[in-house]
Amino acid sequence: MTADILVPFDEVLERFDPALGLEVHVELNTASKMFCGCPTEFGAEPNTQVCPTCLGLPGAMPVVNGKAVESAIRIGLALNCEIAEWCRFARKNYFYPDMPKNFQTSQYDEPIAFEGFMDVTVPNEGGDDETFRVEIERAHMEEDTGKSLHVGGATGRIHGAEYSLVDYNRAGIPLIEIVTKPILGAGDRAPEIAKAYVAQLRELIVALGVSDARMDQGSIRADVNLSLSPKGSGVLGTRTETKNVNSLRSVERAVRYEMSRHAGVLDEGHKILQETRHWHEDTGITTSGREKSDAEDYRYFPEPDLVPVAPSREWVDELRGTLPENPTQKRARLQAEWGFSDLEMRDTVGAGALGLVEETIAAGATPQAARKWWLSDMARRANEAGVELTALAVTPIDVARVQALVDEGKINDKLARQVFDGLLAGEGTPDEIVEARGLAIVSDDGALGAAVDNAIAANPDVADKIRDGKVAAAGALIGAVMKEMRGQADAGRVRELILEKLS
Amino acid sequence: MIRRTAAELADALAAGETTSVEITRAHLDRIAEVDGAVHAFLHVDAEGALAQAAAADERRAAGTPASALDGVPIAVKDVLATQGLPTTCGSRILEGWVPPYDATVVARLKQAGLPILGKTNMDEFAMGSSTEHSAYGPTHNPWDLDRIPGGSGGGSAAAVAAFEAPLAIGTDTGGSIRQPGAVTGTVGVKPTYGGVSRYGLVALANSLDQAGPVTRTVLDSALLHEVIGGHDPLDSTSIDQPLPSLVEAARHGAAGDLTGVRIGVVKELGGEGYQAGVLARFQESVDLMVKAGAEVVEVSCPSFVHALATYYLILPAEASSNLAKFDAMRYGLRVLPDDIENPSAEEVMRATRDAGFGDEVKRRIILGTYALSSGYYDAYYGQAQKVRTLISRDFAAAFEKADVLVSPTAPTTAFKLGEKLDDPIAMYLNDLATIPANLAGVPGISVPSGLAEEDGLPAGVQILAPALADDRLYRVGAALEAALLEQWGSPLLDKAPDLDKLDRRSGVSR
Repeated sequence: MTADILVPFDEVLERFDPALGLEVHVELNTASKMFCGCPTEFGAEPNTQVCPTCLGLPGAMPVVNGKAVESAIRIGLALNCEIAEWCRFARKNYFYPDMPKNFQTSQYDEPIAFEGFMDVTVPNEGGDDETFRVEIERAHMEEDTGKSLHVGGATGRIHGAEYSLVDYNRAGIPLIEIVTKPILGAGDRAPEIAKAYVAQLRELIVALGVSDARMDQGSIRADVNLSLSPKGSGVLGTRTETKNVNSLRSVERAVRYEMSRHAGVLDEGHKILQETRHWHEDTGITTSGREKSDAEDYRYFPEPDLVPVAPSREWVDELRGTLPENPTQKRARLQAEWGFSDLEMRDTVGAGALGLVEETIAAGATPQAARKWWLSDMARRANEAGVELTALAVTPIDVARVQALVDEGKINDKLARQVFDGLLAGEGTPDEIVEARGLAIVSDDGALGAAVDNAIAANPDVADKIRDGKVAAAGALIGAVMKEMRGQADAGRVRELILEKLS
Repeated sequence: MIRRTAAELADALAAGETTSVEITRAHLDRIAEVDGAVHAFLHVDAEGALAQAAAADERRAAGTPASALDGVPIAVKDVLATQGLPTTCGSRILEGWVPPYDATVVARLKQAGLPILGKTNMDEFAMGSSTEHSAYGPTHNPWDLDRIPGGSGGGSAAAVAAFEAPLAIGTDTGGSIRQPGAVTGTVGVKPTYGGVSRYGLVALANSLDQAGPVTRTVLDSALLHEVIGGHDPLDSTSIDQPLPSLVEAARHGAAGDLTGVRIGVVKELGGEGYQAGVLARFQESVDLMVKAGAEVVEVSCPSFVHALATYYLILPAEASSNLAKFDAMRYGLRVLPDDIENPSAEEVMRATRDAGFGDEVKRRIILGTYALSSGYYDAYYGQAQKVRTLISRDFAAAFEKADVLVSPTAPTTAFKLGEKLDDPIAMYLNDLATIPANLAGVPGISVPSGLAEEDGLPAGVQILAPALADDRLYRVGAALEAALLEQWGSPLLDKAPDLDKLDRRSGVSR
């Protein structure tokens, strides 16, 4: 396989307009599956949460889960969609071993929700917040497939595997697929709009309480559609569909990569192949998903084993009343309450930290402290581990407690980072870690005085400068004391002692 | 014993004159005696049936029968899932599959205490009108063992006609209960769509399939229909309404008075293509109904001429998707391709489906796949659904003028085995008169109308009623049955040849 030719991002935009499309699958957190009574818990022993219906045994029939319909309607309403007065399920026919019936029960031309929008907040060129409207084409209900496990071979993929196992526990779990209309006019902001859309959609799903919304566990999965058209032509190009982009950061990267790759292909005078592509988190590239790229004919037709879903307008109105505060409005409210600048707010949202910051503030931290920890330290650690912030083993309550310890003068920021190390290593609560690791600040004058004396003796030049009134030079002596005390000295008290001794 | 109707057996059980074990054993003996020649059964469960019979006798002795039919044995078409009993659908691809669950119909039979004698033969996945498409060999018509017993439920009809079972369950997608009833001189009922649960019925065409009674009398069908009918939360297409009182309607009809009932003769279901003897018996039945006080009106249903074409688009489309699940991954046959080392899942699927499905099944999978293909959907499947609506409207208009509609059930009497096997269109034409009811979801019954003069073989008359008015079938059917019985002097099946005296045929493959 020859390496893709990639055109630098800025150059792509000189000559092309991107058209973006996002398909997001949300796994609902209903207690039972879409069409049967089997439980849906994550991580059970393979093939223990199955029955004749979700195993596709001959003769078994589906029955629609009313709770899943309710969740679908609430998602649709939250996305400003119309809710169908009457809609049907349809069969999507194709053969695959992890599909028990060799058709997926989905919706085709009659989705439960359609024609909506979501206002995504992204910065403009001047750095101020701007709203970008993403039009929603549809949100429809369907069932998940089973999960194949390919054993043997190096990659865990089907090629080279010795044999494959299938776990049908996931088969029949309710999914809502949310499809945008082509997003045009995004220009150089296409990657960040894509990321912001998925991040905001995820927030909305969390606020609705209809899904665990864990991208790392696959309860939210994004497919990225992208095409390029010659700048200003307004003609949509051929698109590719990059599957299972499973983190917010990857959404942005995948869009960026595909834009560069498409431009490279087009520059060479070749055509873009309409195909499915796989995103590789580790290498940050996409590769052709040949197995399913041949234009499939799914032979959709209405599912004859199910009656149409016809939600009454009274029910829809009742569900409208259960919607949580709109995240965009909520964000404006929180920004005002917290006194964040547009940039600070945007960074918080962009990092997927809004909820975490909110909970941390609720647990007692100041808005600035909460933001500081999540966006600097925690973001770095999550990035290093390649996981979402929410997946870190540090809770908002932990962060608030660590900040309280700093505010109480028990530890400083540097020691706080060691507490976070301990939390990530599972060493207990912040207080237990401070205790076990012996991290408390020394503010006892006896111990500090000796260290200050040592520092003065070792740095006579600096001491002279301070005596001459150059108080700013005290920093060097504080540094020396901190070094001796392994960072556990009360810096304020050290400064006072130095100035006392040298006045 | 075996010649008694289910109602008579139930009365004898209630009166303590006999036991379920005795009745069940008599039928098992009959099966052992004649089924080598008839081949109505694919699987006989003597042990299970006798155990259920013994339990029924205990309930009767304790004065707590589970239902009016408690202890009356029954045969079940092999298309319904039976926990612990093989279910093959007449196909090689399901050979050896033992379902871990009961179809709702089967569960209701068990609840009502009917011992299950075994599973009856059928065209593979219910595709056919002769039972010759069974992978396990054809069933023979008890009236003439060289002839077909109808299909797809030839096994159930033949079992009842040969006195191997007093009752049977069939399924009807385009006539598979009614047409076998007509050609074997038995009664068969296709209930209103949604009237009997389809949960556990291995689907041929989900929007057309209905399970229903196969019996020797109209009253027996009503008794059985009341056991299996009614809402089932496991089947979302089942109707959430109480059944009309069917047994009462049958008893009312048996009194012979049809005053005030308007009988609609469907112009399009008769005439050309129908055997003269069949038409003569039909006219005689209409005359008897008039004599009983009914008023006859002629009705026209112009869209019915498109019913067969419509059916052969909708059925294969749904079937092609339903049959996709038979892929060797989870149950049933698994065939490894000869010529491939380390075959992939797809290659195993292909080899299994090639070896496991018969020609008629493959033919319909190909037809259905084509009809649903992108670019053809609107012209075929979409158009067929529109015609289906027109057919429903024709029924609605006809039922404005008439309370029930009547026609011959099948255009001919039983033909010879092998006669139409190479001519699918000729085979499909057998269901010309029965298909419209499935397309519209309305109920229908086939009642024996006598023997055709030219060949001495049974013919049937079909009675159709509006959806949910199944009780009308029983009232009119029972009245006609009573009038015919009076004319014949004894039940039609008394004229069937005595199977005990026939040569045992050895050529029947088991």
